[in-house]
Amino acid sequence: MMGTMNFLQAINLALKEEMHRDEKVFILGEDVGRRGGVFLATEGLYEEFGDRVLDTPLTESAIAGVGIGAAMYGMRPVAEMQFADFMLPAVNQIVSEAAKIRYRSNNDFHVPMTIRAPYGGGVHGALYHSQSLEAMFNSIPGLKVVIPSSPYDAKGLLKAAIRDEDPVLFFEHKRAYRLLKGDVPEEDYVIPIGKANVVREGDDVTVITYGLCTHYAQQAAAALEKEDISTHVLDLRTVYPMDREAIVEAAKKTGKVLLVTDDNKEGSVLSEVAAIIAEECLFDLDSPIQRLAAPDVPAMPYASPLEKYYMVTKDKVESAIRDLAQF
Amino acid sequence: MHKHERAGLQKDDLLYMYRTMLTARKIDERLWLLNRAGKIPFVISCQGHEAMQVGAGMALERGKDYLLPYYRDLALVVHFGMTIEDIMMSNFAKEQDINSGGRQMPGHYGSKKLGIVTGSSPVTTQVVHAAGYALAGKMEGKDFVCLTSFGEGSSNQGDFHEAANFAGVHRLPVIFFCENNHYAISTPLDRQLSCANVSDRAKGYGMHGETIDGNDPIAVYTAVKAAVERGRNGEGPSLIEAVSYRLTPHSSDDNESTYREADEVTEAKGRDSITTFAQYLKELGFFTDEDEQAMHDEIQAAIDEATDAAEAAKYASPESALLHVYDQ
Repeated sequence: MMGTMNFLQAINLALKEEMHRDEKVFILGEDVGRRGGVFLATEGLYEEFGDRVLDTPLTESAIAGVGIGAAMYGMRPVAEMQFADFMLPAVNQIVSEAAKIRYRSNNDFHVPMTIRAPYGGGVHGALYHSQSLEAMFNSIPGLKVVIPSSPYDAKGLLKAAIRDEDPVLFFEHKRAYRLLKGDVPEEDYVIPIGKANVVREGDDVTVITYGLCTHYAQQAAAALEKEDISTHVLDLRTVYPMDREAIVEAAKKTGKVLLVTDDNKEGSVLSEVAAIIAEECLFDLDSPIQRLAAPDVPAMPYASPLEKYYMVTKDKVESAIRDLAQF
Repeated sequence: MHKHERAGLQKDDLLYMYRTMLTARKIDERLWLLNRAGKIPFVISCQGHEAMQVGAGMALERGKDYLLPYYRDLALVVHFGMTIEDIMMSNFAKEQDINSGGRQMPGHYGSKKLGIVTGSSPVTTQVVHAAGYALAGKMEGKDFVCLTSFGEGSSNQGDFHEAANFAGVHRLPVIFFCENNHYAISTPLDRQLSCANVSDRAKGYGMHGETIDGNDPIAVYTAVKAAVERGRNGEGPSLIEAVSYRLTPHSSDDNESTYREADEVTEAKGRDSITTFAQYLKELGFFTDEDEQAMHDEIQAAIDEATDAAEAAKYASPESALLHVYDQ
């Protein structure tokens, strides 16, 4: 069975299936119960599962910390941070606790918890409803950071995250929720965490990206076909720990690498990708590594023209690929 | 009727309590000697907290209830089943350290089989985990309670308030056990709180709160026992504040002469529960000077043996530092 659904529906389906599969799975977060979440990611789940979908007070550190406690006990909590921007009060729990519990207890305790958080801009969310926070968690051994790029991936990766024995941050691009539609099997499947995915084969330029930018990269690649530019697109899927082998293979494939993120450029996830390529296959390159990212300003402005200026778009990706093809 | 009888404690309970308190004190004293002799890098002390810890621990059911302690809880974890050798292995950071295999500093307790949940150094994070354990228990229909302990300084952290509110709203069986020893490293109580008692904060979270004498293990037992019963009966969390005094510097790296007078410490030592509880037992005729000496000797011998064993034990292999980042 295959159904066409949007990204948000795929998330909802993954949650529902996992709650049916394993009674240890439960959801906690702000407005996730009766309201079904402010984006409706948990719509209908409270009606079906009752108190396993728990409305919490406004209390991000406790949403993470209570989840950690329950996970150490043996549950599989799926915590929702209403916006990635609001998870900063929970960083101590995520970084000092969730990420280090297995290590510090010499494998006696572990934290099988998923933290979902909508990230990214383009929805008039301004500074504090638009941020990308993955770079902040991109050098924390013990954590996994997953960012899906399609409805199919969203379902398979979220199910993998919930079943994972370690803490997983699961970032969902909020503009992708209703924008991206695709075929999603109604059967059970998981997509392995830690593996990147070639979403398009090509010979001239390699784009390495993740999340919503994968969609833009695919659109740009399709447009550039008319100009006889063949683009290879690698979707990281998991930004931490990174799939080094897939990155190196994709870079060598064309020798010209464009890295794309909608986070700001400095110290982004891309910086690590660039370092991996520099370490492993610098002499296979035919051009300097290029990065396309948001500007290095504190966060995204509200006014439409400013927001548009800030965002990575299909056109910006297309132009960057073209430049690199002509290098 | 004696107060221990009102509390439902028997002679054997009292003798066990005293032995546990004394064991913790004597281990602690040995750790300072080892530190000053250059044999172990760091000590964080329980001295002054023994009575409240053993009193609270006695109210819990080992093997069923969970403990989410903090770094001063040596007597509490000894009561929960950590042996003298376990403590020494941890302080020498040897492979056999049951808390962490030598990865964590001493005082960072954790053992799944003993029901002691692993903790870290940023204070008060464990208080939130207690609410998580209690929530899981409630969801699973279990009737265990979770006792989490912390200092009065920690009661100012956001995590204390987030956990207390969460547990209050969801009526979770958490016992918030504040060990008030008057100092957060150097900062005295009046620079930590503007209310009279930490337990005053209970009202804001819709839970029972009370302050008790932390030098009286029977009073602490009584208060925590009632909190355990409330928790098991679905009446939600409690905030129990036991007040004592920190008889040592904050840690082996602290110099307390910069912030408190020696007289103040001397005066507090006059209320030391190791002395006053022994006196109580003697007045009841449960304990003689000879018994006391025999108990000291016996514990001392066990500590000597454990110290030698831990000193001789091996470290984990250096390369093992790479293990257990993720499930393997």
